[in-house]
Amino acid sequence: MIANYGYKDGAGEFYISVDTDKCTGCGDCVTACPSSVFEVRENEFDPMADEEMAAVTELQRKKLQFACTTCKANNNKLLPCINSCEFGAIAHSW
Amino acid sequence: MAKEYWRWKEYNWQDENIDWREAETISAGVDVGSVSSQAVIMADGELFAYASMRTGSNSPKSAENVMKWCMEDTGLTIDDLHFTVGTGYGRVNVPFADKAITEIACHARGAHKMYGKTIRTLLDMGGQDCKAISVDEKGKVTNFLMNDKCAAGTGRGMEVFADLLSLPIEEIGELSFQVEEEPDPVSSTCVIFAKSEATGLLRDGWPKNKVLAAYSSAMAHRVVSLLQRIDIQEDFAITGGIAKNSGVVKRIEKELGLSALTTKYDSQIAGALGAALFGKVLCEKKRKKAAAV
Repeated sequence: MIANYGYKDGAGEFYISVDTDKCTGCGDCVTACPSSVFEVRENEFDPMADEEMAAVTELQRKKLQFACTTCKANNNKLLPCINSCEFGAIAHSW
Repeated sequence: MAKEYWRWKEYNWQDENIDWREAETISAGVDVGSVSSQAVIMADGELFAYASMRTGSNSPKSAENVMKWCMEDTGLTIDDLHFTVGTGYGRVNVPFADKAITEIACHARGAHKMYGKTIRTLLDMGGQDCKAISVDEKGKVTNFLMNDKCAAGTGRGMEVFADLLSLPIEEIGELSFQVEEEPDPVSSTCVIFAKSEATGLLRDGWPKNKVLAAYSSAMAHRVVSLLQRIDIQEDFAITGGIAKNSGVVKRIEKELGLSALTTKYDSQIAGALGAALFGKVLCEKKRKKAAAV
């Protein structure tokens, strides 16, 4: 399943997606992100699933454009979250 | 007091042919949304009763009120419910719920029951947000996206327009088609700006229905752009209050080139229905566990 966290507003589309089929819930992205955007939690979209997965925290879901500014300014191609995920489960829309 | 054009009818329904006393599992779902709350009670997986009310400022109270209304005159009490699942914005505030599940999972599950196994794309147009959900043949979410940062494309936005134009909310769908020709959509999708734009159009002498048509098509366009981020597949359905607004539904269908599935169920109960269905499964799981110990 692809879980898209984020929003679309006048400034553009800001979504971080997590592919739950690839995500193992290891938590590497949680430590890699300098803005504490990620957390590992129960799968909110499949209440019958037992495995935990990475998700964007509720606090950050509505302000991703700003939460990710520092990394984006440094180098958009080497985002720590995407780099940290060896399973390729994380993607950014912008 | 001025007439409240935005106010929609609250309602409840019960199946008189079902006797809940004979049911092995009575599961319930409460969907406390930002604008409306729904309760559903199922007897052994069959829809027994539902109710829909406006959410007040107090979520726990709204959950209780809507559930009480759902059970009205049935002899059921909250203690008779074997398993209750809360969902929606206020899901963690349902005092009598055994578990809280996100509305995304519940809507997918509910729509799967309401529209059948072939449903693949679901658009939930709620009071305060809009969700696009992809569903597989088992009713599981495979992709989802929501927009809750902007009121464009929401039920509350429609309420604002009903009020501005002094037209009853339940009739504005049909009224939006009573125009000589379809106007261009309003350029702003933001409800606040669209409202100012509409005020300007009214001042320029546009008839109310034409303004409504312009807003409805802007709303449809906005929602379709949301759907494009997830893969739109045929067999799509719309749930939530806006599903009852033909002015928006038909414009979305036209833009997508697809027709939305229809159902005998009430389109607003999808979330609560899904919650009740999960409630049944979870209740049976719990019983199995208890029997194994």
